[in-house]
Amino acid sequence: MSTSRRKFLKWMAAAGAAATVPEKLSAHEHFTGYPDSYGVLHDTTLCIGCRSCEAACNEVNDLPEPDKPFDDLSVLKEKRRTDDKSYTIVNKYDVEEHLRSPVFRKFQCNHCLEPACASACFVGAFTKTPEGAVVYDASVCVGCRYCMIACPFDVPTYEYNKALEPRVMKCTMCHPRLKEGKLPGCVEACPMEALTFGKREDLISIAQERIRKYPDRYVDHIYGIEEMGGTSWIYITGAPYEEIGFRTDLGITPAPEFTSGALAMVPIVVGMWPVLLGGIYAISKRKEQIAKKEKEDEVTRAVNENQAKADENLKNTKEKAQKDQEFAVEKAVKKALEEAEKNKDSGKEES
Amino acid sequence: MAEEEKQVTRHDVEESRSLFTPFNMIAGIFLIVGVILAFKRFTGGLGAVTNLDHNNPWGFWIGFDLLTGVALAAGGYVTAACVEIFGMKKYHAALRPAILTGFLGYSLVVFALLFDVGRPWRLPYPFIVNQGVTSVMFEVGACVALYLTVLFLEFSPAALEWLGMKKVRKLAIRLTMVLTFLGVILSTLHQSSLGAMYLIAPSKLHPLWYSPYLPVFFFVSSIAAGLSMVVFESTLSYKNFRNKMDEEHKKSRNAITIGFGRAASLVLAGYFAIKIFGVALGNHWNLLFTNMGLWFQVEMLGFVLLPCFLYAIGVREKNVKLIRFTAFWTVLGIVLNRFNVSLVAFNWQLPMEARYFPSWMEIGITLFIVTVGLVVFRFIVTRMPIFYEHPEYSTEH
Ligand code: SF4
Ligand code: SF4
Ligand code: SF4
Repeated sequence: MSTSRRKFLKWMAAAGAAATVPEKLSAHEHFTGYPDSYGVLHDTTLCIGCRSCEAACNEVNDLPEPDKPFDDLSVLKEKRRTDDKSYTIVNKYDVEEHLRSPVFRKFQCNHCLEPACASACFVGAFTKTPEGAVVYDASVCVGCRYCMIACPFDVPTYEYNKALEPRVMKCTMCHPRLKEGKLPGCVEACPMEALTFGKREDLISIAQERIRKYPDRYVDHIYGIEEMGGTSWIYITGAPYEEIGFRTDLGITPAPEFTSGALAMVPIVVGMWPVLLGGIYAISKRKEQIAKKEKEDEVTRAVNENQAKADENLKNTKEKAQKDQEFAVEKAVKKALEEAEKNKDSGKEES
Repeated sequence: MAEEEKQVTRHDVEESRSLFTPFNMIAGIFLIVGVILAFKRFTGGLGAVTNLDHNNPWGFWIGFDLLTGVALAAGGYVTAACVEIFGMKKYHAALRPAILTGFLGYSLVVFALLFDVGRPWRLPYPFIVNQGVTSVMFEVGACVALYLTVLFLEFSPAALEWLGMKKVRKLAIRLTMVLTFLGVILSTLHQSSLGAMYLIAPSKLHPLWYSPYLPVFFFVSSIAAGLSMVVFESTLSYKNFRNKMDEEHKKSRNAITIGFGRAASLVLAGYFAIKIFGVALGNHWNLLFTNMGLWFQVEMLGFVLLPCFLYAIGVREKNVKLIRFTAFWTVLGIVLNRFNVSLVAFNWQLPMEARYFPSWMEIGITLFIVTVGLVVFRFIVTRMPIFYEHPEYSTEH
């Protein structure tokens, strides 16, 4: 899509949105990340799968007791995912083809620069904060779970077993702790410094530096700089990304752009449809009217014809009647005259 | 024919004698089970009755109750557009049943959503608390809410005639044109937006079903769904409520079937063309012979192209039986398409054990909802002037 077309669509979308909620608008414009926002760099080559981050996350977020204690490393045998009781998990990947030792990889919300979850939520429950965290507000959430459909990283989870106040659950990047000037729980707890907290830009430099220094140790790619428009959590690793649970087919388009075209159609439909339909209606109405008029004309013509015929008949009859009458009068007069004549004649004879 | 007639009358006699007709018994069972399941749902949470999980947040209820429900309720706007805007007055008899079906359909969709969303009492929040205008779902929600109101008003004359409220009815009738226009605009928007909801997840929906044109696909197929549903519904109604129909309704029945069949055939042909165009655009030909691709072919050939031809043949040979069967087949096809988008092709790359399959309780609640709809439908058509014109107003239009 060329820039001008994109701008045009955006402008149309803005026009449509403006009609409903004017002052909301500025928050939803194209956005490429807050300049000084924070992030976390996860270097899988340093991760030993000790699950300290999981334990710390559980603690700082007051999450429920896990099924198995955090020092039980047998859970690493399975491929787990985050759920409503855990914001983060570490999985183990055997990648013998590439490396001798297994790779451990931590999952949590990636805190996208342009989050799919935020653009999908119809009650605006997610906010990308200037600090970098994508936070969720349970006090407005309706529970439609569209955010879960939208998130390309399958991050948001849901409290399916709560009847009254089920919430979407996901990593907060420890936003409350950041506000207090503390590190995220998991970062603080990591004994190997596999997690580094800092300004996203600095983290990118650090990652680039490590790859440059140890080209044999790392794959030459930093996951999260561009994926889905960029994420606040970024990763470097020694094994191919697709083999350690990353999706490498996501592309670099930020999620909101997938739907912006469709949303831009709204004002167009609202503007064009009435005109189009109105036109069709006018034509069909006119056809109807013409048909009606033709019918009426036909009727009037027929009526007129009949009337004319009737009139003529009447005239004829009248004329005939008149003639008859005249004839009768004439006859009567004639008769009377004749009689009078006769009488006269006979009177003459008598006298 | 004669036997049918007998059945109908016998059915009627029984109905007036006792409550235990087969329909009532089955409906009763579904309703009781449904109430129990509803109790379970609202006391134990979604997890107590559904197989939903963190990977599969949307299941049978979204696939059937929402996506299919809205598509099949499209008969209302399609028929209203035909009769009121395109001026096809000869299909007038189809209008009221279609509006009623649409109104009930949308009511049921909203009713079903009360089960599906986590905190149903907050459904108005997107409009009154915080508007997520970047969300396609916001648009869907707003349109469905408005359209439900429109359908209610469009349906109201029938109810008002029944209640004998002449003045209010006159007012409602005067709104007809405005409502029809609004109905078509709102339907265009949300029928297409239901497809647009999946645009945000290209990484989860199989490429044969994902397309930037999903909204167009959903919109066009909703027209075919609406047309077929009108024919299908009229077939069922004729079987069950023939005694409620006036002469005009019965007389125009075949004309409606043939006319709508012709339209549906054309729409399906167009739909097939744009779907192929979609495959060509994404250059996904190579996927057609994978497992998912074969399934895609089943949908496209068996449930789009085939009914398209059957309709055409039915129309040419004036074979109303064939058209009625095809209508049923097309309705099935719509169900299949919406299931494919929302369940089969969604999350297709997950390993088998992580895929979703509905629990019997989810289906049970859907049956409950559909039964409620049928019972209300029967209540209305046996009382209000739907299949016949109210004698006091029959000279109008
Ligand atoms: S990873 Fe998912 S949940 Fe986290 S910000 Fe991105 S879209 Fe939202
Ligand atoms: S579940 Fe809640 S947070 Fe997620 S999209 Fe729906 S309303 Fe928004
Ligand atoms: S940032 Fe906080 S919430 Fe997120 S995984 Fe780490 S400890 Fe858990």
